[in-house]
Amino acid sequence: MIEIEGITKRYDATTVVDDVSMVIEPRTIAVIVGTSGSGKTTLLRMINRLVEPTSGIIKLDGADNRSLPGYELRRSIGYAIQGHGLFPHRTVAQNIATVPVLLGWDKDRIKARVDELMTLYQLDPEAFGPRYPHELSGGQQQRVGVARALAAEPNVLLMDEPFGALDPIIRAKAQEDLLAIQKRFGTTIILVTHDMEEAVHMGDKIAVMDAGKLVQYAKPAEILAKPASAFVETLVGASERPFRLLSLGRVRDAMEKGSAEGEAIPGDASQRDALAELLWSGRPALPVTGADGKPIGRVTVDGLVKRAARPA
Amino acid sequence: MKAWLPSLLRLALVMLLVAFVTNPGWFEPLLKPLTENNAPVIYNQGSLLTLTLLHLRTVLIATVAATIVAVALAILVTRPAGAEFLPLSRSLVNIGQTFPPVAVLALAVPAVGFGEKPTLIALFLYGLLPIFENALTGLTTLPANVVEAARGAGMTGWQRLTKVELPLSAPIILGGIRLSVVISLATATIGSTVAAKTLGEVIIAGLLSNNLAFILQGGLIVAALAVLIYDGLSAIERYTARRMGRGAE
Ligand SMILES: Nc1ncnc2c1ncn2[C@@H]1O[C@H](COP(=O)(O)OP(=O)(O)OP(=O)(O)O)[C@@H](O)[C@H]1O
Ligand SMILES: [Mg+2]
Repeated sequence: MIEIEGITKRYDATTVVDDVSMVIEPRTIAVIVGTSGSGKTTLLRMINRLVEPTSGIIKLDGADNRSLPGYELRRSIGYAIQGHGLFPHRTVAQNIATVPVLLGWDKDRIKARVDELMTLYQLDPEAFGPRYPHELSGGQQQRVGVARALAAEPNVLLMDEPFGALDPIIRAKAQEDLLAIQKRFGTTIILVTHDMEEAVHMGDKIAVMDAGKLVQYAKPAEILAKPASAFVETLVGASERPFRLLSLGRVRDAMEKGSAEGEAIPGDASQRDALAELLWSGRPALPVTGADGKPIGRVTVDGLVKRAARPA
Repeated sequence: MKAWLPSLLRLALVMLLVAFVTNPGWFEPLLKPLTENNAPVIYNQGSLLTLTLLHLRTVLIATVAATIVAVALAILVTRPAGAEFLPLSRSLVNIGQTFPPVAVLALAVPAVGFGEKPTLIALFLYGLLPIFENALTGLTTLPANVVEAARGAGMTGWQRLTKVELPLSAPIILGGIRLSVVISLATATIGSTVAAKTLGEVIIAGLLSNNLAFILQGGLIVAALAVLIYDGLSAIERYTARRMGRGAE
């Protein structure tokens, strides 16, 4: 659990982060969105004390983050820096191994961990491990940056626009992998992004920042349904709202009794995908299949359209 | 096909230099026309090889000392605690440079006596500035988010310095050392005016006895050493720049 209490950061006269308070529950993902320069990176860096706050307290699992020396605190927190920041003079494998080496893991354990992460991020350890960062594409560099942050299996992970340079396919894959890792290890993640789609998809909660202030901190559905201000509404993208709302729900939950013709959709697909398929194929209803692939009901255009409407 | 040409020239120069300092007699016919009245053609008051090695030793000692001090100083003033000394250290090192070498020698002799010592002091002072300036440039122009990533990973100040900052500045620091060595190679000849054993002795002997052959052989050996060492250090510099990912961009 991360408790941010009345955190303010001032540089001379300008207040960059202004009295922000929020609680990130253990084993959840909080996504920070906001315009450029709104203080997202600064807020993130006060958690691992790369930036010292002007006032306020941050607690990790109840303990003030100033109770450890800064470098020890930072070894226990994964940090994927904006724009990867890989060490240009170290190989990919050495980059990923940075924190485990600092922590004094033995060689075999480090190698096993590096290989595991590289495989997860679809970088062949044999081919990519000995390469230098400048020999990789931008997307590959970014994945190495994320792998480096994950290497020491931290309980808390700070990620500053980690998927910005990835193409949509690899990005979707990286998001799923991160969700899987988060589920498996119960990691608490704070992720900064400019991509509202990503925020809605990944976040258990979304924090919206504007000019240093936290203007709304709520579940994605609530941010979509009840934006706290015109700014949040613009950020969420008014024209995309119904579809984003649908993307939060599973087909299973919108399922009705009955059957339908044609190709089926699995129950754990998103309602948005179901609506897209309905509209694209011009059908009024789709059969829904369970985990075993057998039909268990149907979804209809009418039913989904009702769900996409503004919640009361 | 032309790629091997520079290497071939270098190799030829090395062989020529080695041949000259070990067997100067072979070159006597070439230099003979430069002398008058049957004066000796090849320097005869000491072995050229010994003088060359002593010359190199003087330069090496001075450069190593200058490197250690200049890099340490640059590290110190680029730490948060030492930042306020940055202007002071800059002017100190600059003063070292504005003093003419002859003046340094003249001032050092009464203090430490004749011989190698005053020369070492002069070379040391002259070597400081280029190394200090380059180390400063290297340490202050590191990519900010790489250094921040090092902090973010939990490296201590010392670990950041030794594992990230110094390796990444190494090519630029080497550039400073290269300049310093070349300046020292030339300046060391002046040391012979205060009885240091360097190749300057050959040149001075030539000047005193009006022997053009002496002047030329002394000057050529120094020049050849400078060219070869400059070349070698440039190659090392390029290699490290590539290794540190700075040369590739
Ligand atoms: N060290 C500093 N000194 C002075 N001002 C700073 C410093 N660091 C950040 N700022 C200012 O603080 C503000 C917030 O910066 P921050 O990096 O937190 O923004 P951000 O929300 O992460 O933006 P982006 O989306 O572009 O990454 C900016 O206006 C920036 O200029
Ligand atoms: Mg930022």
